[in-house]
Amino acid sequence: MDKIIYLDNAATTKTAPQVVEAMLPYFSNYYGNASSIYRLGAESKKAVAKSREVIAGSLNADSSEIYFTAGGSESDNWAIIAAAEAYETKGKHIITSRIEHHAVLHTCQYLEKKGYEITYIDVNEEGIIDLEGLKKAVRPDTILISIMFANNEIGTIQPVKEIGEIAKENGILFHTDAVQAYGHVPIDVEALHIDMLSASGHKLNGPKGIGFLYIRKGVKIRSFIHGGAQERSRRAGTENVPGIVGLGAAAERAFESMEQRSQKESKLRDYLISRLEKEIPYCRLNGDRERRLSNNVNFVFRFIEGESMLIMLDGKGICASSGSACTSGSLDPSHVLLAIGLPHEIAHGSLRLTVSEENTLEEMDYVVDSIKEIVDRLRQMSPLYEDFIKKS
Amino acid sequence: MYSEKVMDHFTNPRNVGEMENPSGVGTVGNAKCGDIMRIYLDIDENHIIRDCKFKTFGCGAAVATSSMATELVKGKSVEEAMKVTNKAVMEALDGLPPVKVHCSLLAEEAIHAALWDYAQKNGIEIEGLKEPKKDIHEDEEEEEY
Repeated sequence: MDKIIYLDNAATTKTAPQVVEAMLPYFSNYYGNASSIYRLGAESKKAVAKSREVIAGSLNADSSEIYFTAGGSESDNWAIIAAAEAYETKGKHIITSRIEHHAVLHTCQYLEKKGYEITYIDVNEEGIIDLEGLKKAVRPDTILISIMFANNEIGTIQPVKEIGEIAKENGILFHTDAVQAYGHVPIDVEALHIDMLSASGHKLNGPKGIGFLYIRKGVKIRSFIHGGAQERSRRAGTENVPGIVGLGAAAERAFESMEQRSQKESKLRDYLISRLEKEIPYCRLNGDRERRLSNNVNFVFRFIEGESMLIMLDGKGICASSGSACTSGSLDPSHVLLAIGLPHEIAHGSLRLTVSEENTLEEMDYVVDSIKEIVDRLRQMSPLYEDFIKKS
Repeated sequence: MYSEKVMDHFTNPRNVGEMENPSGVGTVGNAKCGDIMRIYLDIDENHIIRDCKFKTFGCGAAVATSSMATELVKGKSVEEAMKVTNKAVMEALDGLPPVKVHCSLLAEEAIHAALWDYAQKNGIEIEGLKEPKKDIHEDEEEEEY
């Protein structure tokens, strides 16, 4: 395959070489079970403890509050279901938003079937949560607020501190899905009043299949996997030691390089946005311009459909993503784009480009030129565009 | 996920375009669901399809099935064109992923809609042809983006 321009870092990232290097000894050299008594096991135990410390430090948390999981979806499932069960004597009402990842939305829908009541808070046109709506949604039987830190499609960063304060004032647990944010923006669980936080290794140049759930000390939560003393008996199972080591190394790298990395990414992001807006008619940037992840670009191009764009971009060596129905396997386009008020037919024409520090401005020029050509070609094929031109 | 033939008809679609004064034109699908196909037919006095053009808003499979459908009906009589079913289109493309089968149905419907228009204009009946479903999202949003 020819050179690839990878612009899908919200889907997954390349595992950083130093992360792979850190992991390697824990496959065949230090393969001992961390629960074993001999020295070989102790090496694994030490490595797990070190990663836990790095991660706790990155969040201003305590090591005993970090629980390793198999990733973001597991962390979301665990946080929501186990908290719901643990607090059901207090109430069965949960508040979330319309733009959550499916790991949160589908878990909430599962709980609805089990007799819980879920309130889905609206977002404005930029994808920012309605804080007044959130305040009004709070009830005496509300046990949990689960609102994401930053959105995976449109990159909007939520007013997490304000949400945390509302939760704290009302004595409600606050869980945040920080899968897109952890390692990309500073997070202080104390200052932001976060009680539970989900994160995933492969979104910050770590390995896939590893993540963690932060659970504040004192939060009552049921064990997720039974059968062992690992993770304070709350998430049993022999530790994924290479994965945990990789996650720790990735977190260390991400927090060290955060400032310069996000500067570089936002420069690429803003360049992409400004050229696309200037040079392609009938397009719109989705998401907030200011409160936005440094790597996220999300556009809709009218009269065309997202999957067609993706296949043509792939033909030019560009990896991107779309919220069109065809990429979701249903007839509906992305729930996030619908929640920010886009009509169905326009939401089908969305394109998400998520850059990394490895991309260059030259690549961005090639990408914009390619998108221009593709959008033009697909519009020439589109009966919607034909009608639009005839009408105007 | 797509066969080579689908990819070929998507990247090099045959018969894309519009037609002035077509013998029949049909538009099917719904922008809300992400697919719209429009097929133009040029039919001679012997009811032979001389030329065929299409425009499609939709995914890779939608474009490829439209392209293949136009290829399959070109040069055929209207009666023969009626036999170009969604199955025939799919087979000609070496199959489609299960979630994309509806695209081939849309292609069949688009041909039928264009033939219906032709039949109405000329006051003729084509065996087996029924009035197409009105499924187009008429009042599109006119907001500027």
